[in-house]
Amino acid sequence: MSYEVNGKTVEHDEEGYITDISQWSDELAGLIAKDEGIDMTDEHWEVVNFLRDYYNEYQIAPAVRVLVKAIKKKFGPEKGNNKYLYELFPYGPAKQACKIAGLPKPTGCV
Amino acid sequence: MEDEFQGTLETEGVRKNFMFLNRKAPYGSIYAQEIQEMVLISAAFEQNTAVVFMDDGVYQIKKGQDTSATGMKNFSPTYGIFQMEKEDAEEDEDVDVVWHIVVEKESMEARGLTPEDFVIDVEVMDAAELQKLMAEQDVILTG
Repeated sequence: MSYEVNGKTVEHDEEGYITDISQWSDELAGLIAKDEGIDMTDEHWEVVNFLRDYYNEYQIAPAVRVLVKAIKKKFGPEKGNNKYLYELFPYGPAKQACKIAGLPKPTGCV
Repeated sequence: MEDEFQGTLETEGVRKNFMFLNRKAPYGSIYAQEIQEMVLISAAFEQNTAVVFMDDGVYQIKKGQDTSATGMKNFSPTYGIFQMEKEDAEEDEDVDVVWHIVVEKESMEARGLTPEDFVIDVEVMDAAELQKLMAEQDVILTG
């Protein structure tokens, strides 16, 4: 199973998470988002880029609780809440946004 | 409706003192990584958390780990989340969760290490101080 981006093949698992994080690109993120039925806006990118930075620093994806808290700290309370994040990523902010960000599926969280 | 949510409400607000005692070197067994995950779960449930590194466990948070030759993941950057949780708990006035990140003095010194050698900020406690902290715990998990 794989995505095709600019003539390049990127492998993914049965749920659509890419298997090699270094293969990620903006174009690929757009493609995965489209599969998820998401039209990427600046607000979506804010969360996706945040997740990538977080992963680079800590080597794991955050739990939703941590994500909400950290987004609140960085972008303010109007964005750091479950409602806002679920509006952007209806099938779970960590799960769906992590997939778009090219990160492994977070364990034990939405 | 109220009845349906009673189960959840009853568990809310239960907060115990959990101590996670790390005594083993980070690689070679799964203990260090498993405890790391337990601490993150403990944090998710907003429990009082005391993470202690003693004996060879102090190597878990040593700076400059390179696991490329072993094919194992270097999970030392993830300890940064402990520090973030601790700082968040201290900053947030609505949250009264208590965090301790402790290195046992004797273990650290026996290995020629100082607090500057660690990837996160630590409280250094000698065995007697640690014993006091242990006495305050509801649960102690060792690995």
